[in-house]
Amino acid sequence: MDTFIAFLIPGLFTGAAYAIAASGLVLTYTTTRVFNIAHGAFGMVLSFVFWDLTIRQGLNVVLSLFLVLFVIAPLIGFIMQRLITRGLGNAPVGVSLVVTVGMFVGLIGFAQQYWPEDRIEPEAPRFVPPFWLTFADGDGVPGWQVAGTSITGLQLITILSSIVVAVGLYLLLNKTRIGTAMRASVDNPELLRLFGGKPDNAAALAWMIGMSLAALTGILLVSVVGLDYFGLTLLVVNAYAAAMVGRLKSLPMTFAGAMGIGVFESLAIGYSTDSPLLSTVRPAIVPIFLFAVIVLAPQAQLRIGQVKGMVSAPVPSIPRMGIAGAATLLVAALFVTTASDVRLLQLGTAATYAIVMLSLVLLTGYGGHVSLAQLSFAGVGALTYAKLDEPNLSGLVMATLVAAGVGALVALPVLRLTGLYLALATLAFAVIMEKVVFKSPDLGFGSGGAVEVERLSILGYRFESTGAYVFLMVAFMVAIGMGVLVVRRGVVGRMLIAMRDSPAACGTLGLDMRWFRVGLFASSAGIAGLAGALVAGLRRLTGEADFIFFNSLPLLLLAVVFGITSVTGAVLGGVGLMLLPVLQAETVNVLGSDVKLGGLMFMVIGIGAVLAARDPNGLSNYLFRFGRFLERRLRARIVAGLPQLTTPDGLAADGLTDGRTDGGADETAVHEPAPTGVPLGKVVSDGAPARG
Amino acid sequence: MPLLEVDDVVVQFGGVTAVNHASFEAEAGRITGLIGPNGAGKTTCFNVISGLQRPTKGAVRFNGRTVTRTPVHRRSRQGMGRTFQRLEAFGSLSVRDNVRVALDIHRGFRGIIKPSASDIDGLLERVGIRSYADDRADAIPTGTARLLELARCLAGAPKLLLLDEPSSGLDETETDDFGDLLEDLAAEGMGILMVEHDMDLVMNVCDTIRVLDFGEVIAVGDPSMIRSDPKVQKAYLGYSDVDVDKEPVA
Repeated sequence: MDTFIAFLIPGLFTGAAYAIAASGLVLTYTTTRVFNIAHGAFGMVLSFVFWDLTIRQGLNVVLSLFLVLFVIAPLIGFIMQRLITRGLGNAPVGVSLVVTVGMFVGLIGFAQQYWPEDRIEPEAPRFVPPFWLTFADGDGVPGWQVAGTSITGLQLITILSSIVVAVGLYLLLNKTRIGTAMRASVDNPELLRLFGGKPDNAAALAWMIGMSLAALTGILLVSVVGLDYFGLTLLVVNAYAAAMVGRLKSLPMTFAGAMGIGVFESLAIGYSTDSPLLSTVRPAIVPIFLFAVIVLAPQAQLRIGQVKGMVSAPVPSIPRMGIAGAATLLVAALFVTTASDVRLLQLGTAATYAIVMLSLVLLTGYGGHVSLAQLSFAGVGALTYAKLDEPNLSGLVMATLVAAGVGALVALPVLRLTGLYLALATLAFAVIMEKVVFKSPDLGFGSGGAVEVERLSILGYRFESTGAYVFLMVAFMVAIGMGVLVVRRGVVGRMLIAMRDSPAACGTLGLDMRWFRVGLFASSAGIAGLAGALVAGLRRLTGEADFIFFNSLPLLLLAVVFGITSVTGAVLGGVGLMLLPVLQAETVNVLGSDVKLGGLMFMVIGIGAVLAARDPNGLSNYLFRFGRFLERRLRARIVAGLPQLTTPDGLAADGLTDGRTDGGADETAVHEPAPTGVPLGKVVSDGAPARG
Repeated sequence: MPLLEVDDVVVQFGGVTAVNHASFEAEAGRITGLIGPNGAGKTTCFNVISGLQRPTKGAVRFNGRTVTRTPVHRRSRQGMGRTFQRLEAFGSLSVRDNVRVALDIHRGFRGIIKPSASDIDGLLERVGIRSYADDRADAIPTGTARLLELARCLAGAPKLLLLDEPSSGLDETETDDFGDLLEDLAAEGMGILMVEHDMDLVMNVCDTIRVLDFGEVIAVGDPSMIRSDPKVQKAYLGYSDVDVDKEPVA
């Protein structure tokens, strides 16, 4: 009983903090249909702001609190709604997820850059003292004694704050005009507009309040969790679980869920000393709970109202694919015979990331679903390969299949649900893998956190030298890239893109998308698993540190920035992600002072993703356009240079035509063979005046 | 027995009632018009019928079966096809591939084996957009995209067609051709339920008309009866800002 009381009170405290965070999350989601993955990251940055104001600048605590909660946070919320998330609720859920993941990573980068960990400031210790510390009982112990255990001022304030927030939100939503508008815009902003409401104002208010609540959570928790970029940010995963209990709609249920999670988690800590199983599973209790709640969520309705085609990357013809693949292999062959071992490892890493990104091209680029756990699937592949200890093709195939099976297991329970729930299920899965499975001495990478791995041999040939092994990895990358393109050209590819462009239309045409989704998810996880197995062999050592949850996020974002709808984008993105740590270590000279790039790279990626998310074709699309432009110009030159060879029936044009695209109004001029009997000079009259 | 029965359906969004105890039916081989001012609940009714929106109360029966809780794709396989007021074309695919996907879905595995090129072009020909076959669906005019959605529906050989403002974006000649096409389809036995703002088209082709206002059915009858119904006149003319011939703001 003593243990129960002793852990109940801290449980109520964390539950109250989760409740405040979760209610902010629910408020913004219900009003704007944007699930803010970055909710915790905003709380983290705002608690840093609070620390900066009070400890670094020496401002009065109450004044700082007022500034952060009622000025800075609402202002940021307003700016976010107006500049970034406006209209995002109508976009496909994949887009709004990528945008908020972009904010998540960008904010972590911002905090790392602006408040770097290694900056020594003796007058500003990186610590926020808990509120009301001065209050003490007779023995000088801070806090009150309640039933033999003490309750601190901070705990009391937090629990009281959560009650104030609950009552305040209830009154706002049920007793005010704008609150009614907020509730109505949940279901149908169009209808609200027709009835004279202003969904945009409701959305702005929701974001302002949501941001204040994120700030309040951050400030209440910072003295317990510490000023930690990731710790504070990821605590919000627990708030996601609470929000899911309320099915992202009901605030009372959200509160109940948050309190339940807080208390349960705390009690698990209290009792886990007696139970080895409980102490292993404990860090994953909330993610497991999140997963369970998602599985129990009701069938979601399909959204309608989409117009634009999301995918515009061209689909190369088979010969062109072959040429590009052969050229890549040739360059790789030249590279591996000349480069140093460091460079080889870099190339191998880039190929690994590229393969993982190819899995995202299939899943996100074509299918429109977002996975926040792609590196965890790679981890499953690496783990299987290492544990099997069969360094040959069958080991590799097993690693792929196990990862695919795990992917299907993640997707199966949520197959009735829409993209948001699927993405959150992957997030819960990633946290479970990182905190429990990969760390486990039996299931995971062992007590040292890493295991040794042998390199692959195929048909008796052992790829022992790093050069040969890296070449093999590039060959796998090329093969998978081509495989993805072959899928894109066929029935399955068309259906995937149709599902991405309009799930509602696919449904009304009679497509049961659920099994399609599971198959897609499994294939994508399998490809990621293969990449994991390959990279384990490259380093000859693989461990939990290679597959931490957070790293899946910059991977997803870079894939979007470089173009998640094309194989080229994935390959470029792989190189980009490999260079990330190299660039982060760089210092550049800005206006005479050295600036370390560090977190700035995360900021750049985050902002890039926020900007790029609405057009997932990314940077590589500009490359394609430039290529088409060059082709047009070169073609004109070549044709102009051959005026004497009169080609009466467009043979030459046919030779140059590759049927690279499957439609695309701007390309027809280039790709259509010259009409019969028309002299070529006329067809390309723009760049080359017809001669002869 | 009517092909489609909407029985006392209520849909509420938060505090707003979008559809208020609406009951109506649509018959095979006949064209039924569903008209009413903006916000009257017409599209919401369509969403309830096709399964994209679960009603707060009431039931939908199709072909003798209650389908109120049947998933969208299964209603489609039972013979329900629909188009959308806000376009739902597959924008990344060409017009031809849009129809190809619909045929592939309809045929399941048979579609993978048997190439369907001639069927696709036949469908595009039928709705009159053959010349757009190679264009990307997000690059064609609105009216053409609506016809494309119709062609996609027809690929599934539906028993009931739900058309949500099919003629907006079409010019006068195209609208006339479209009206003829609808009459042909009805003559083949297809039931058609159509939400439409073009009163000339509605009055010309519909066999029966239902008028919705504030989520309620306020009038039922053939075109001439509807034209002279005082309640209908009030619903339309009572709002000075609603122009029945104008295309609504999507």
